[in-house]
Amino acid sequence: MERNKKAKNILKISIASLIIIANFVSFTGCAKETSKNRGDSGEAKSVTLLNVSYDPTRELYQEYNEAFVKHWKEKTGQDVTVQQSHGGSGSQARTVIDGNEADVVTLALAYDIDSINKNKEILSKDWQKRLPHNSTPYTSTIVFLVRKGNPKNIKDWDDLAKPGVEVITPNPKTSGGARWNYLAAWGYALRKNGNDAEKAKEFVKAIFANVPVLDSGARGSTTTFVERGLGDVLIAWENEAFLSLNELGKDKFEIVVPSVSILAEPPVTVVDSVVDKKGTREVAEAYLEYLYSDEGQEIAAKNYYRPRSEEVIKKYTSQFPEIELFTIDEVFGGWDKAQKEHFDDGGVFDQIYEK
Amino acid sequence: MAGSIPIQIKTAKTTPAERRAVKGSKIVPVILTAIAILFFILMLIVPLISVFAKAFEQGANLYFASITDPIAWKAIKLTLITIAITVPINTVFGLTAAWAIAKFKFKGKNVLITFIDLPFSISPVVAGLIFVLLFSTSHGLLAPLLNAWGLKIIFAPPGIILATLFVTLPFVAREIIPLMEAQGTTEEEAALTLGASGWKTFWLVTLPNIKWALLYGIMLTAARSAGEFGAVSVVSGHIRGLTNTVPLHVEILYNEYKFSAAFAVASLLTLIALINLIVKNVAHWKIKQQSKI
Repeated sequence: MERNKKAKNILKISIASLIIIANFVSFTGCAKETSKNRGDSGEAKSVTLLNVSYDPTRELYQEYNEAFVKHWKEKTGQDVTVQQSHGGSGSQARTVIDGNEADVVTLALAYDIDSINKNKEILSKDWQKRLPHNSTPYTSTIVFLVRKGNPKNIKDWDDLAKPGVEVITPNPKTSGGARWNYLAAWGYALRKNGNDAEKAKEFVKAIFANVPVLDSGARGSTTTFVERGLGDVLIAWENEAFLSLNELGKDKFEIVVPSVSILAEPPVTVVDSVVDKKGTREVAEAYLEYLYSDEGQEIAAKNYYRPRSEEVIKKYTSQFPEIELFTIDEVFGGWDKAQKEHFDDGGVFDQIYEK
Repeated sequence: MAGSIPIQIKTAKTTPAERRAVKGSKIVPVILTAIAILFFILMLIVPLISVFAKAFEQGANLYFASITDPIAWKAIKLTLITIAITVPINTVFGLTAAWAIAKFKFKGKNVLITFIDLPFSISPVVAGLIFVLLFSTSHGLLAPLLNAWGLKIIFAPPGIILATLFVTLPFVAREIIPLMEAQGTTEEEAALTLGASGWKTFWLVTLPNIKWALLYGIMLTAARSAGEFGAVSVVSGHIRGLTNTVPLHVEILYNEYKFSAAFAVASLLTLIALINLIVKNVAHWKIKQQSKI
């Protein structure tokens, strides 16, 4: 008898779980319907955008999304929700290639957006001409973060190549920031050695010989340096360095500005095939354009990205140290060339990182 | 009986050398136990306490705020849904597979056992990539089908559930197969000879015999479903509020310097582990009781 009872109990439990499944199925069914409703944007009440971004923009877009949601509601009366996804720039591009339906991508460098198009045209080929300043609404550069008091006395790129200095930087294969770091070091060496590529190669090789771990994204490297306490110097985005300083205490770290660095341009674009499928082109385009507005520029500056707007940058001049900056087009002839020469399989990075 | 008397006399008069030997053998277990306990404290208790200490570092208010935060809540919900789907499916699968393996003889039995173990031996990252290769809407094997029906599997909740199903597939079967094999088929045969139907035999004879092992298998499945990181991370796309499970949310919080919040959410996972431990002990105790009868 008792066994019978227990068996019945188990039966009850299984029925209960079936009901839960049934609920879930109907729940996803509803979700599907609402997403269908979103398609015809004219009458739709709310709309959802997915912004696939790179690692250090978490705080920037958290603030910006709030501002844009408000702006869009005032302008059109429509509710918009912006979903965020962050990770190493290269791996984020990879998820879009694999079918992650991003309405907009805001990645660390133009090459990653180009690579989305490699196999199949997912977005327009001339995407970079669609918005002002090569579709980069804000810029940044590469600086150093060192431990308080600068115990290894790091002043410029030369000090990173010295033996006994541990350098933290992410993996250029997966991280956009890491590629900017690498190119900044290379550009400095070229300039110092009268454009001698062999010497530049030696120099960058010496820096990477000092790197104990390569994380996959910029944020991973920052936590390695800041939280795990590894390394003497972190090569980082300027915005990332400022953020760590503010989040984790000015008494623990300081920023060192090198004599020369690279002008890092993280571009943004709408993913055409996705917005056309979802019917979100209008709001997605407005989302990116609003980055260029005074409010958008101001939010960028507050999050330590260098704004494009002359007026906003004047307001924040004290925040950004003056550095001599070179562009990737000047020194490397554009991203395509730089990528092929340095970061593709068998490229210079593979040659110098072989141990 | 006769032999026991001289032995008793002998133990009463032990030589000093023998006494030392007895003493020595007492020290060894003490040292071994001490090492075990020390290791246990260092590797398990201290980390457990530190998770909760860090979680409550900035006060209980922040702790509850980080758990009830809408995005955290959505991650918790997704994890619960994943558990609610994975556990019943894998329980039914585990039961049928174990039933077939333990109670019947058929060709290819070893192949089936090997396949059940496959998710154990494959790295979770590879498991995740398998699903990308299958379900990617741009280059996956099933891409034409998915696009024709407008379905999204990876970078959406179904992909997370599928990946979790895959990873947790062996747990139930692996827990009950040894027990079923040890119990043999005599009781079922008796029930069948007495005229019980196949179903009745299963519900009234087989199931009560294995219920504690089954429960433990279910708990393991639930715990792994809640905690799976690797495979889920690959198919998730990390869209917050949509495809983030609790472990992924912990990583995000940690990467955003919200350490207390990260550990607050992590403490939920730790709680699941603790409940799991308790159920495991109860289940083992019950299995022992059962075998005594």
